[in-house]
Amino acid sequence: MGIIDDNKRQLPVAGNSAPTFLTTKVDFVVNWARRNSLWPMPFGTACCAIEMMASAASNFDLARFGMERMSFSPRQADVLICAGRVPYKLAPVLRRTWDQMMQPKWCISMGACASSGGVFDTYSMVQGIDTIVPVDVYVPGCPPRPEGLIYGLMMIQEKIRNEALADGSLRKEDPEGAGKPEANSSEVRALTGVFGNSTQQEKVSSLAQTARPGRFKDLLG
Amino acid sequence: MTEQLTAIFGSAIVGSEVQCGDQEVLFVEPAQSREILEWLKDNEEHSYDLLLDVTAVDYGSVPGVQVVYQLWSIIHKKLLRIKCSLPENRLKIRTVVDLWSCANWLEREVFDLFGVDFVGHPDLRRILMPKNYSEGHPLRKTFPLRGKFSREKQTKIALEQDYEDYYRPEQLGALGIEPVNDAD
Ligand code: SF4
Repeated sequence: MGIIDDNKRQLPVAGNSAPTFLTTKVDFVVNWARRNSLWPMPFGTACCAIEMMASAASNFDLARFGMERMSFSPRQADVLICAGRVPYKLAPVLRRTWDQMMQPKWCISMGACASSGGVFDTYSMVQGIDTIVPVDVYVPGCPPRPEGLIYGLMMIQEKIRNEALADGSLRKEDPEGAGKPEANSSEVRALTGVFGNSTQQEKVSSLAQTARPGRFKDLLG
Repeated sequence: MTEQLTAIFGSAIVGSEVQCGDQEVLFVEPAQSREILEWLKDNEEHSYDLLLDVTAVDYGSVPGVQVVYQLWSIIHKKLLRIKCSLPENRLKIRTVVDLWSCANWLEREVFDLFGVDFVGHPDLRRILMPKNYSEGHPLRKTFPLRGKFSREKQTKIALEQDYEDYYRPEQLGALGIEPVNDAD
């Protein structure tokens, strides 16, 4: 890839060359500016969004760290905070919101549901938004406390501090990769053990018939 | 009221009981459910004129689905629940949309989640699950909790949805709903 000139020669561009004095100095300035003006795109779908709002409100005050403004337009946002459950019906919306964000962009998966589906291991729920968009930081908890989210954002800041123009692997996008698990099925089986989880479809928990619930008066005898 | 109904509809009234203290429940045959609901709505003595809910239950122990209508009489301040058992191989019942138009979306929901076919419904399509959902009707007891496809396939299908499609003005127009004009 890269830029090819008229004589079919590869031109040196950022991402192809080794770090030089100039690019590291530019990196320093650019990363300083980027990490101190992260604008979050709130994608709050459930209870976790309440904690996200609390983090933005005066007690915790995200603005102290440069998240001055919750950007409700993906085109002006830098970091997508997915706070809450994502059902399959919402999956293409989340994907398009991510696609609409300009590079450079980062993503935080906030809470157990967004990171793994949480307790909602059912037919309608996305089992972790990393099957749909690339995630930089997972914030665990149900819900995470505002301190947790702020810590996650500071980890993103730390990540930005170490970014370099010379690193060509940054900002690669693979729209076709969505929905493809990286591990193969035998690896998944080895990891999940005997109990099974959402990735093991052959273990179906609900096929057994439920007994008809007894009436109260039957129970009282 | 049960005697009155039995006198008119005969064996279509399967039974009745009182549940949870004061909730009257009437079990009826699906073939005549519509006539019975219409009678309950129009009869002056009862006038159950408000349809609170249409829903369904799959008990699992008996194959099939029970469709539930919850009625309220505004004048007499009375609740009534009508239950209608549909056998597994014949999930069909007549629609009540022309009696209560609020039944439209409620019946779509029951169709979506249980697969009950409401005969005569003007617009019977999925309402909660995605439009291209092809795994069946998820609230049936025979439906596996995690769906029928692998997670990979489910994510693929989900990402293929065209969600803008839900609100295409032409489609709204086809249902007799005036499209909203953004220019105004
Ligand atoms: S992780 Fe917990 S708090 Fe967050 S959306 Fe899920 S259930 Fe709600």
